[in-house]
This record gives sequence, structure tokens and C-alpha cells, in this order.
Amino acid sequence: MKNNRYELNKELAQMLKGGVIMDVTNAEQAKIAEEAGACAVMALERIPADIRAAGGVSRMSDPKLIKEIQAAVSIPVMAKVRIGHFVEAQILEALEIDYIDESEVLSPADDIYHINKEKFQVPFVCGAKNLGEALRRISEGASMIRTKGEPGTGDVIQAVVHMRLIQGEMRNVMSLREDELFQKAKELEVPMDLLRFVHKNGRLPVVNFAAGGIATPADAALMMQLGAEGVFVGSGIFKSGNPAHRAQAIVKAVTNFNDSKILAEVSENLGKAMVGINEGEIKILMRERGI
Amino acid sequence: MQIGVLALQGAFYEHIKMLKALNVEAFEIRQKKDLDKPMDGIILPGGESTTMYKLLTDLDMFEVIKKEIQAGLPVFGTCAGLLLLAKKVNNHTSSYIQTMDIVAKKNAYGRQLGSFNTTGNFAGIDNMPFVFIRAPFIESVGKNVEVLSVIDNMIVAAKEDNQLATAFHPELTDDLRIHKYFIEMVRQYNKKAI
Repeated sequence: MKNNRYELNKELAQMLKGGVIMDVTNAEQAKIAEEAGACAVMALERIPADIRAAGGVSRMSDPKLIKEIQAAVSIPVMAKVRIGHFVEAQILEALEIDYIDESEVLSPADDIYHINKEKFQVPFVCGAKNLGEALRRISEGASMIRTKGEPGTGDVIQAVVHMRLIQGEMRNVMSLREDELFQKAKELEVPMDLLRFVHKNGRLPVVNFAAGGIATPADAALMMQLGAEGVFVGSGIFKSGNPAHRAQAIVKAVTNFNDSKILAEVSENLGKAMVGINEGEIKILMRERGI
Repeated sequence: MQIGVLALQGAFYEHIKMLKALNVEAFEIRQKKDLDKPMDGIILPGGESTTMYKLLTDLDMFEVIKKEIQAGLPVFGTCAGLLLLAKKVNNHTSSYIQTMDIVAKKNAYGRQLGSFNTTGNFAGIDNMPFVFIRAPFIESVGKNVEVLSVIDNMIVAAKEDNQLATAFHPELTDDLRIHKYFIEMVRQYNKKAI
């Protein structure tokens, strides 16, 4: 049997389901995340809240940092590249990264084209705020999708909007007659075969996580109840008062997202949550990057 | 027959789908009270072993599951599930349930670029589809362990009494034969119990 990289890459995302992927900026944080039960870590130089605060151009992390984090933990290590920056992706592939996030959190390198992800052996996760974006990224070779909630804000509203929109649009697609799919594909600017998959199965052909603005166990459980298959937590953990404690609580909340008793227990006494910025107060809307 | 599938994290739904296809009833185990349900066998799925272990201890389920397995409850571990069962994980600081007399190696094929599919022999059945995702393998087995599959000189499936472990993921294929094999183990165990 021939290796089917794309299938294998989708299958790695399946193994991450029901888990929490945590942003970490050094080996020490990566170990804290692993011990707290993270199913993977995202290695980056600055967490989104600090990227937002610092301004300027934000790029792929130093390979040395990524290697240190890879050496520190046994769980999968992901890292971000700028939208369209296929050379940053080539570098991460050379480092044998487990997943590349082509991410709006960094400054985009291309305002039209995303990376042709089919050219790579390593898997990609991409952000999407609606069904059209999700299916376009999958058609480019993404093997995992996440919402594009506003990173670094601690404000969950956009992740909620995106998850509801994607789910709602999929329900709409399912309700269509088969002969109406052609027009829908035109409207959404997506390939017909992917739209047919959604029509038939009522879900994306890849795993779909929530990301952006998740700061509390309740936020994580909210996203799971809305249909996310797992969550990314960026600034929410290491910008809080007690990262290890909060990280464990979010892991437990994702596993038992439907049990309000457990959610009440794990929400207790977590210390200070990240301060956060309301979405109305921010200047840069990262979700508008790469559509 | 009722099979519990550990559903703390990972690809548990895929196992439930396989069991349903075999007309076997399955339920999710997410917290301690789920372990009170009558159960003829348990599946430990693929995912992250560190995550599952952390949740098993935090949610106070670890000892109960370990005791049940020691008392003879049939168990099937895939990938991370194999690591949970292994007596020792050689290149890793922690060991977990440790009920199965095997020594495993975590991420034995390296990172995601080392993930692969192949076909092989499982317990005498040829041409079985095997999917390895950041998989472990078994470095050595104790004397009561039966080796069921070997790929490139590495042990990738084994059985010891009531315990079955595979380094690969039969739940990611549409081949039901390995799940059938486990269900047969459960039937044999039930017969003995009566």
C-alpha cells in the first residue's frame, strides 16, 4: 500500500480530537503544557496578546526555539507561518514539524495566494471564519481547520460567530437539492467535490477545532457544545495568573464539556484570567487576513 | 455485550463506529461514574497518552480501570492505548497502567513525517491494512505474551491473556477483522466467567 500523506495528515488531526492545543514560547512552558494534559503545543516566539501589543511585522519563530521545544516534549509540536509564505513552511518542514499553522496571527506575506499545501509532506491547519474559507483552505491541502476568533483578545465572541456560521452554512448546504449545489459552489467559491461531501455528510472532510479568544474552561466548553472537535488556547493560559492550574482546568472542561458539575468544579479558584480586550477596542482585525 | 470506550481524548468515536458496524453496543467513558455501567470489555483508543493519563488520574479513574484489567476485564489498546498498558515505556519518563508485560517505545518511528501505512500479517491473517500515526512499537515482550504482528522486525501487535494491544490504528480503516478478534476475546472471557 502506498503512503497517502494527506490521509495520514488528516488522521493525525483525528488523534488530536477532544484535546487542547496550547501556545508556548519556550521549552519550560511546553513542559508545563504537556504535564497539564495538552494534546499538542504551538511553538511561537510571542503569544498573540504580545504580538498585538508590540505591533510591527510578526514572522515565523526562530528554528532554534522550535527545536528546543521539540526536544522538551513527546507530544506533537506545531508552529506558525505567515499566510502565503511557502518558504517559511519549507523551513518548518525541514525541522520535521508535526503541523504547520498558516496563520493570520502573523503578518500575511501574500494578500492573494495561500500556500499550495499539497506540495508539502507535513500537515497544515488553517483558520476559517465561514464555510467558503474552510473549503478553500481544504482544497489547497489543509488537513485540519480551526475558527479564526480574534487572537490575543481573550474575547471569545468571534470564535463563537465563526463556529455558528460554519455549522449553519453546512446545515443550509445539506438542505439543498442536488441541482442547487452548482450555484452554491459558485457563491461560496469552492470546489464542487468538497461541497458534495458537506451535502452528503453534514460536516467538513477534516477535523474542525475552535481557536481565538478562548480564556476560561467555560469558553472551551462553550466551543465544544457548539460543535468544535477540540480547542486551541493561545494567550489565555500563559497570560493568566496560574498557567498550570488553568491549563489543567481547560483540559478537563474539554473532555467533560457537557457536564455542568465538572465544569463548575474546574472553574473554581483559577486565579486571574488574562485581562483581555473587547473586540470593539482593538485596531487590527486578524480575521480579515487571508480569505 | 457492552463495550466501554475510553473517551477522554483522541480517536474514540472511530472505535465506537467499528463496534456499531459489528452490532456491538458501545458507550463512552468520560468520567468515573461511567465506569459503574456494566461492561464486558474496554477499549483504550489512540490520542495522546500523556493527556489520557493525566485525565485518568485527575478524574480518579486510574485505579478502578487498572483493577478491572488485573481482574480479567478484556482490554484493547491502540497506539496511545498500547502505551497506557505497557509495563514500561523505554524512552519516556512515565509508565502508566503497566498491566501488560511488554516494553514499548513512544514515537518509535519519529515525528509525523515518519507516519505511514502498510499491510501486514495479524495473528495469521495476511494483507491487513495497518495505519501508523506517530506510532510506538514493542521492543520486547514477556514470556506469556503472544506476538501477533511484526513489521520490519518490530513487534506492532501482541496479546497477553485478556489484553490486546496494537501500535497501529485498525479503527482508521474499514477492515473490521481486528475488532472482531477482540470481540471474540470478550466472548471467550464471558464464557469462562460463567
